[in-house]
Amino acid sequence: MGVVQGVEQSSEPDYSKVLGNNVMTTSLDLVVNWARSRSLWPMTFGLACCAIEMMSTGAARFDLDRMGVLFRASPRQADVIIIAGTVTHKMLPVIETVYEQMPEPKYVIAMGACASSGGVFDTYSVVQGIDQVLPVDVYIPGCPPRPEGLLYGLIKLQEKIMRERNSFGAAIGAGEVIPG
Amino acid sequence: MSQAVVAKLKGAYAASVLEVKEYRDEVTVTVKKEDIVAICQFLKDEAGYNFLCDLCGVDYLGQEPRFEVVYNLYNITTKERLRVKVPVTEEEASVDTVSTVWSTANWPERECWDLMGITFNNHPDLRRILMPADWEGHPLRKDYPLQGPDRELYQGRIS
Repeated sequence: MGVVQGVEQSSEPDYSKVLGNNVMTTSLDLVVNWARSRSLWPMTFGLACCAIEMMSTGAARFDLDRMGVLFRASPRQADVIIIAGTVTHKMLPVIETVYEQMPEPKYVIAMGACASSGGVFDTYSVVQGIDQVLPVDVYIPGCPPRPEGLLYGLIKLQEKIMRERNSFGAAIGAGEVIPG
Repeated sequence: MSQAVVAKLKGAYAASVLEVKEYRDEVTVTVKKEDIVAICQFLKDEAGYNFLCDLCGVDYLGQEPRFEVVYNLYNITTKERLRVKVPVTEEEASVDTVSTVWSTANWPERECWDLMGITFNNHPDLRRILMPADWEGHPLRKDYPLQGPDRELYQGRIS
């Protein structure tokens, strides 16, 4: 039984006090964008030394979990893929498969010089930037970027998701998302 | 110790040994490629070189013969090493496989063919090992363009 507050019990319930201050008005887009940007689950996928920095960012000192960023071991549960390292032509089909297995909406972060442009590896075996194949949302410079860099990139992606329009409409099949 | 092995090898395959070099206690024997399998079998059975550390190709572009296949042998019992080299011409870039002698030669020979374009006759499974399966060309050859065949050569910074 609940605690009875007050002495007098009116026969008519006071609906203005049922919800109290717990009401806010907002747009559905904002709610959807907020939910999406605050639970960015990246795919557990590393390619080179950038992956070491990515792991460090996820570990205790920088602690991605506090931002709702939890690495998932399956592309089916992932929202974002961080391309952390050098992409070789031999690895490219694997990355494409993983990306295609991710459900919409999905985002791509190119972490470091290699993923952004091929970096120092201007050779026959290296893809000169993952943006030749995947639509990149955020580029993070550095070789490798420090964990602060990756954090900043993730925050930028959150801001970008917050700017999206019609995210709810697209989810129920009315039109396309207008990217942020 | 290795000198004794070389002397033994010269006794058995006098016509095939082209050159013997010793530098800083490392002995290198250059032999004719026609007899490489027999010589490797001899070195394994008679001289105890029971481990093939590495097998690799070298491209001396502009020299004749252009290629060389290098076999680095190791005797696990006596801890001795021996290097065997085989000159290979560009026109006939092929050597008989030694995977029948040391089965570990299988993958290094695939790598050598993949990157250098030296074929290994009678190899059990000669296909690409490092490059993608549909790759064309052999990128570790000195005349292979560094940035790939379908890209323009780097002209230096424009700005």
